[in-house]
Amino acid sequence: MFPRPIQERSRSRQLMYKVALPISLIIWLLPMIAIVATAGRSLSDLNRGNYWGMPSEWAFIENFAKVFGSSSIGTYLLNSVIITLPSIAGALFLSTLAGAGLALYKFRGRFLILALFIAGNFVPFQILMIPVRQLTLDLGVYDTYWGVILFQIAFQTGFCTFFMRNFIAELPFELVEAARAEGVGEWQILVHIIVPLVRPALAALAVLQFTFIWNDFFWPLILIQSDELRPITLGLTVLKGQYISSFNLLAAGSLIAALPPVMMFFAMQKHFIAGLTLGASKG
Amino acid sequence: MTEIQVLSNSRRRTGSTFLRKHQLIIAPVAFITPAFAMFSLFVIYPIIQSIGLSFVEWQGIGPQTWVGLDNYRELLGDPVFWKALTNNVYWLVLFLLAPVLGLFIALFLNQNVFGIRLVKSLFFFPFVVSQIVVGLVFAWFYDPAFGLLATMLEPLGVKFPAILSNENWATFGIILAGLWPQTAYCMILYLTGLNSVNPEIIEAARLDGAKGWRLLVNIVLPQLRAATFIAVVVTIIGALRSFDLVAIMTGGGPYNSSNVLAYYMYDNAIFRYRMGYASAIATILFLIMDLYIAWFLMRLLKNEKGSR
Repeated sequence: MFPRPIQERSRSRQLMYKVALPISLIIWLLPMIAIVATAGRSLSDLNRGNYWGMPSEWAFIENFAKVFGSSSIGTYLLNSVIITLPSIAGALFLSTLAGAGLALYKFRGRFLILALFIAGNFVPFQILMIPVRQLTLDLGVYDTYWGVILFQIAFQTGFCTFFMRNFIAELPFELVEAARAEGVGEWQILVHIIVPLVRPALAALAVLQFTFIWNDFFWPLILIQSDELRPITLGLTVLKGQYISSFNLLAAGSLIAALPPVMMFFAMQKHFIAGLTLGASKG
Repeated sequence: MTEIQVLSNSRRRTGSTFLRKHQLIIAPVAFITPAFAMFSLFVIYPIIQSIGLSFVEWQGIGPQTWVGLDNYRELLGDPVFWKALTNNVYWLVLFLLAPVLGLFIALFLNQNVFGIRLVKSLFFFPFVVSQIVVGLVFAWFYDPAFGLLATMLEPLGVKFPAILSNENWATFGIILAGLWPQTAYCMILYLTGLNSVNPEIIEAARLDGAKGWRLLVNIVLPQLRAATFIAVVVTIIGALRSFDLVAIMTGGGPYNSSNVLAYYMYDNAIFRYRMGYASAIATILFLIMDLYIAWFLMRLLKNEKGSR
């Protein structure tokens, strides 16, 4: 183990470590602590200029009620859900198919296709912006949920396919060979052998995609115009203009926006990190 | 195996012989086509279209006029373009602090003490928070009138500068905000990497008298190569993609001093209806990014080709 386990160090070193840990954590999380504390700060504290000191009272419930009552944040949240969930489902479906296609069959050009999927994921969004906007206009899905959903499915399929291909390629190939020898069709092999085995990969991708798509700001900015269709990331910019001096309400709104992916992360941590660190432990 | 047996029996009864005979050709085509079609339509083809648009003048509607290399020529003489490009270089260089800081935090947290798992998660979770939220918080911190930094420095008699409305500092203020989640990401990559470091090699090196810094540089870091590689690539791409934070914190201002290529492109397309010019900026950004994408792919596929 590196560094040397702290238990093997002197008592004073251990004590230092135990003190340093929470202090560094507080400094590191200061921005998050600031959001939470501000979201619970009362109007009277703000009027008194008490922006960063200990709040004299906690006003979480009032602030949240005010945000939901005076802005469209409820709609924004719902829009985020409406955009995010079908996008994840679509990307996972397409990429399971494509990942299996690239992992289970040998044919010329499979590495080229894989390379295109991976490379496409890293391109700057700006090179796609004008044509994709035009494409959604041509398809009649500009300024609808579907415009963003279709784009997210297509774009995220790149990363997901790469991920699924790697996962499927690591599965014991004998299973597939045995099934083929028995005369099982390829579609049946996919549905009854591969899909049950890739469930952990699907879980990892689902949580990752949830945060990526939920937090995405650029594509709704480009593809959505109507206020009533805006997801929460765009909604926050509206709130920023609306609550120009009510920091507590803007903070409450930010907290609400940040909460779903954070909860998803803490609930599915193992899967999330497994997905994110794919390849980090290889030699 | 019984399940497979049942399947094969049911399979024998259905399906035409032609499809079954050529399954190994038809299946991969059928599996890959939907994903590839979507990806081509929304990602690959638009790239080609954008490059094409960079040679025309177009307002977004109406006719497109071929102007050859004029857009690129104009870029060369455009001070905002150079400013944005310079800022992208600042982003790139300073963002590379993220893997370094991430490594040190990972080393700091790679211990077995009570509650460490929760501490690791808490260190990581800035990455899960939307960049828009990160941008809003850092903007509050920097606010010269009532921001946290100004409030903390006030008793010391130090006047905190208005970072985000200062032409010299705005970019660095945004980069610092970006470093926060990026460092968290690199940290988690290194924590995973440290997990799989071979303990026997470490022990052997310790017996040979290696410790501290030398042990880290000569023995541990080479074993963390995979984590470092991913951290560096992802960080570089993150730096070149920077858009959200610029959009929410300064909108490229003051006077374009914090502009980056990604935002300047958006600005030209959406607010000035200069689609051709915007496409030229996007193409330049794409070309810069290609270097890193190519590097990443070459390394990745070299590893992959060995596998099945």
